[in-house]
Amino acid sequence: MNTKIAIQNLNAYYGKEQALKGIEAQIPAGGITVIVGPSGCGKSTLLRCLNRLLEETNGVRVTGQVLLDGEDIYARKADVTEVRTRVGLLAPKPFPLPMSIYDNVSYGRRIHGLEKLERRNGRSLDRKVEQYLRAAGLWDEVKDRLHDPASGLSTGQQQRLCLARALAVEPEVLLCDEPTSALDPISAQRIEEQLKLLSAETTVVIVSHSLRQARRLADHIIFLWMGNLVESGPSAQMFSAPRDERTRAYLYGDIG
Amino acid sequence: MGSTEINRCLSLFISGKKNYIALMKEETLIRPRTHGQRWRLPLPKFGRKRQDQVAGRLMGALTLTAALLAPLMALALLLRALPILRVTPLTDLLTGQDWAPLKGLFGFSPFIVGTFWVTGVGMLIAVPPSLLTAIFLAEYARPRLRSLLIPLIDLLAGIPSVVYGIWGILTIVPFIEKVAAPWASRWLGVLPLFRSENPTGYSVLAGGMVLAVMVFPIIISVAEDVIRAVPQGLREASLALGATRWQTIWHVVLKRAGAGVLAAIVLGFSRAFGETMAVLMVVGNVAKVPNSIFDPAYPLTALIANNYGEMMSIPLYDAALLCAALILLLLVLAFNIASRWVLTRLVRYE
Ligand SMILES: Nc1ncnc2c1ncn2[C@@H]1O[C@H](COP(=O)(O)OP(=O)(O)OP(=O)(O)O)[C@@H](O)[C@H]1O
Ligand SMILES: [Mg+2]
Repeated sequence: MNTKIAIQNLNAYYGKEQALKGIEAQIPAGGITVIVGPSGCGKSTLLRCLNRLLEETNGVRVTGQVLLDGEDIYARKADVTEVRTRVGLLAPKPFPLPMSIYDNVSYGRRIHGLEKLERRNGRSLDRKVEQYLRAAGLWDEVKDRLHDPASGLSTGQQQRLCLARALAVEPEVLLCDEPTSALDPISAQRIEEQLKLLSAETTVVIVSHSLRQARRLADHIIFLWMGNLVESGPSAQMFSAPRDERTRAYLYGDIG
Repeated sequence: MGSTEINRCLSLFISGKKNYIALMKEETLIRPRTHGQRWRLPLPKFGRKRQDQVAGRLMGALTLTAALLAPLMALALLLRALPILRVTPLTDLLTGQDWAPLKGLFGFSPFIVGTFWVTGVGMLIAVPPSLLTAIFLAEYARPRLRSLLIPLIDLLAGIPSVVYGIWGILTIVPFIEKVAAPWASRWLGVLPLFRSENPTGYSVLAGGMVLAVMVFPIIISVAEDVIRAVPQGLREASLALGATRWQTIWHVVLKRAGAGVLAAIVLGFSRAFGETMAVLMVVGNVAKVPNSIFDPAYPLTALIANNYGEMMSIPLYDAALLCAALILLLLVLAFNIASRWVLTRLVRYE
């Protein structure tokens, strides 16, 4: 099994409060890794460390290493924008950019200057936009209103638009922080289906509140508890034979 | 008044109200004398409904008075300006180039053009640095630095305009006379806009520079507020795609805050347009249409402030000055309506 991301002695602090304590974990390439744990245990914090978005929050300090294909993204010479291009993020709530649906999807490609490249190759941006809207399962609903403001979509549609937008920069890893928490069951199911399909080529990391969702999706589980890593491993093993007392308690509903 | 101040007032008001409610709960409740009686509020002299009605009417009347003040003022100005409007058609007044009250020539063109020149130059100087400052404060400055800088900038807004005028005379005017004008005529003299035939330094540029410093705090404080109101999640959405800080600000934050930023500029413009004292002290007050930023100008406000109350025996002079005031009022009004129209459209298409 190839390791896509290796987390080594990772600590994160909000001011003086330590939210992550010496995390050591590996995320295999391909498939879906689900981070679970009770509320406030540091799941979102860990996820946002993986594409260095955490440092956009005031007063945050991160120490330790996160190796992406063996290279530390926190190294001095690492380029933040490159890290974030390779590791995309789908936030818990959709934030459509203040522009049209089409421009939302093409935004990432345009800021990275991929647009011109495609022109030279004779492929049009239109086709890319269509491709990623299809990948996010939104194409049929928006194909006649691509140039309308994205804010006019429903929350479920906005979330799928955000997925398309994240996919359009072709990330190697996609991080999803409770991607379905703001959605109704049907929209949630659609997102799950898309993520499942996507995990064939991309490494997907999901933070989830729901053990049922974890069971449905996970190939690999990381279990956090109060800022500590308790256990991580293949999901089949975690669900059938958890090694740690706390994991067992969490799985059987005693905490969280 | 910037919206920060408005917000501050609002929060004060709200917290004051909370205290009031707390007071009501703890102190003004009358203790039951006998056991078993319920706590009750002290009753006002007349019924609460009646009180409500009277308060409502009083406030309604006050609001109506405030709302009618501007139209009434315009009407009064119009009545006083009628004598000159009867003699000279409005179009002649607006386009007339000559101002010679003794000969009965009242052309407002130099003053109207002067107003636009000074305001325009002022805004051109003020807007770019104010917006960059607002962006810096909202997006780059650490919270501690921001809380240190903002009160310092707000201080500028409290300085009386006459002080700005004096500062202009003491520093800006000599600077233009000795440095800016000679430099510009040496290097940019081919452009009529920068040609300098006025050696004094009292000029459109001086007025514009003073105005710019006066509108800085307004634009900065409102724009900073508006930019900071953009949700953090939106910034992160852009950053998470690998956008740089600046790309995020330019394509996302400013786009989202666009209408509000424009409102900040409009607010600054309104302030600059009507500003009188500081400008008339440094623009030179020559009733001629300026051709270069180094020419003196004579804005409408300065015309009225300098002349009203003097030489009133000249026929129609009084009416002409009040007509100038009316034109100023209408220009401001037209500008406000236009900007409101633009703003509502912008917000709708956001
Ligand atoms: N911006 C912040 N400032 C200060 N402390 C924070 C901040 N964000 C999170 N924390 C703290 O860090 C710890 C971990 O928070 P985090 O958001 O990672 O939890 P989580 O596991 O994602 O919880 P949930 O399941 O409720 O989303 C919590 O104790 C929280 O109080
Ligand atoms: Mg969370």
